[in-house]
Amino acid sequence: MTSTNRPLPKPDEDSDEFWRYCSLHELRMQRCNTCGHFRFRPSVICPNCLSTEASWERLSGTAQIHSFVVVHQQMVVGYDQVPYVIALVDLDEGPRMTTRIVDCEANDLSIGLQVQVTFEDYTDDISLPVFVPSKSRV
Amino acid sequence: MSLAGQYAIVGVGDTKVGRVPEYSKTGLALLAAARAIDDSGLSRDDVDGVLTSQMGGTFIYSLEIATKLGIQPRYTTVMELGGATSVCMAQQAAVAIEAGLANAVLCVHAQKQATEGQRPRHGGALLRGFDEFDRPFGHPGATAVHALAARRHMHLYGSTSEDFARIAVAERLHASLNANAQRREPITLEDHQASRWVIEPFRLLDCCQVSDGAGAFIVTSAKRARNLQKPPVYLLGFSQFHPHRFISDQNADLTSTGAVVSGPRAFAMAGLSPKDVDAAELYDCFTYVVLTELEDYGFCGKGEGREFIKDGRIEIGGSLPVNTHGGLLSQGHVEGMMHVVEAVRQLRGNEVEPARQVEGAKVVLVSGHGGQMSTHGSLILGTERP
Repeated sequence: MTSTNRPLPKPDEDSDEFWRYCSLHELRMQRCNTCGHFRFRPSVICPNCLSTEASWERLSGTAQIHSFVVVHQQMVVGYDQVPYVIALVDLDEGPRMTTRIVDCEANDLSIGLQVQVTFEDYTDDISLPVFVPSKSRV
Repeated sequence: MSLAGQYAIVGVGDTKVGRVPEYSKTGLALLAAARAIDDSGLSRDDVDGVLTSQMGGTFIYSLEIATKLGIQPRYTTVMELGGATSVCMAQQAAVAIEAGLANAVLCVHAQKQATEGQRPRHGGALLRGFDEFDRPFGHPGATAVHALAARRHMHLYGSTSEDFARIAVAERLHASLNANAQRREPITLEDHQASRWVIEPFRLLDCCQVSDGAGAFIVTSAKRARNLQKPPVYLLGFSQFHPHRFISDQNADLTSTGAVVSGPRAFAMAGLSPKDVDAAELYDCFTYVVLTELEDYGFCGKGEGREFIKDGRIEIGGSLPVNTHGGLLSQGHVEGMMHVVEAVRQLRGNEVEPARQVEGAKVVLVSGHGGQMSTHGSLILGTERP
């Protein structure tokens, strides 16, 4: 368990399932039972068809880097070890999310690079989904 | 009936921009508002509408400002569209007057970040989505958002940090000519390239100032504007488009702003095109945003911004001076309000330092851009009604 003063998410009625699955090291997102659209961030309604029926489906955890930046100055409490990499990743199932790319050299990253989810444990209830470059990369 | 040219900005006011520890945020707002009323030639009692930005989440804040100005408004509300708020307040004012809700609407924004620090402007609840799905990953906010966008633009269109430098240098040149600018010492392309990384691909000189300051303007009907003390500046065209709340939305396009929709609509309303624009006051929280806005508004094609900005084209004296006051990058960050104030002064003529007056300016484009490239407002101002 990572001891930290980092800001942690405070799940609410809409998102507590998402974070509960993360704590089990499963990346799950809501998939609309009506139109099949995966959505993120969690919501009571499908932004594609407005259906309220959805299931929490497990994702492959594979994604591509949509964009990434290298933070060189401490700007967030608990993130005093710079530089580190923040990214937007496009999950294979469609949704995009903000995350960090870990266990990598920033110089080795590029847009389109395949990455795989892994989890950082902070508390019994909160694990953050972060990504590492996929081992299969050339 | 089209509203093109039916409404005008008749008064503007501002305060010192930079570090202003002697006034509260409300104090700054009131000073700018009183100056705008004085500048308009309207009496205080003629002002019957008040719009403010949220300015930190005080309950019913627009009415607090109105009350402290001795105004019992027929129309008031708080607007929160981030950096697009000021441009969109001008539009909202015109629409409210058209609907008969008011005759003259005062629009105010103040900022107090230089002395109060960059603590969250809102009590916390309004940043919930960010606090849950961005900040826990070490995401500090606007700088990372726009750096992510810039990286994507660099990847797709080949733009570079050196291109961003040209925008920083041009705006600093303009600020050096503006007595009310926070940063006036000129910089070079080399200075930009030597400045430290903040969030790569952004260097320190890609980032806006952190400022105290306030600005205000008053909108009334073109008919009423004719008999006031300053030349009216007409609202020729306006539009808004707000594509997404967070750039992690899977449909969010990081390499364009809402201007791709609001820009053409505003030009169509005005009966004008980009080639008619004499100067552009473009929201510039980071250098990259100016680059993509130039493309989105059609001054050049997508990906051609880096060529467009070469050879001093966006400097005063060039064919399209951009951010003639120095913008958020160098004049200071009053969340887009000073872009509106500057456009009005440029169009009136004889109100800014002669060295940064755009000769014969008749049409000025103003943009506002807020959140995670979330909100966008377009406003085309001019000296002549269509």
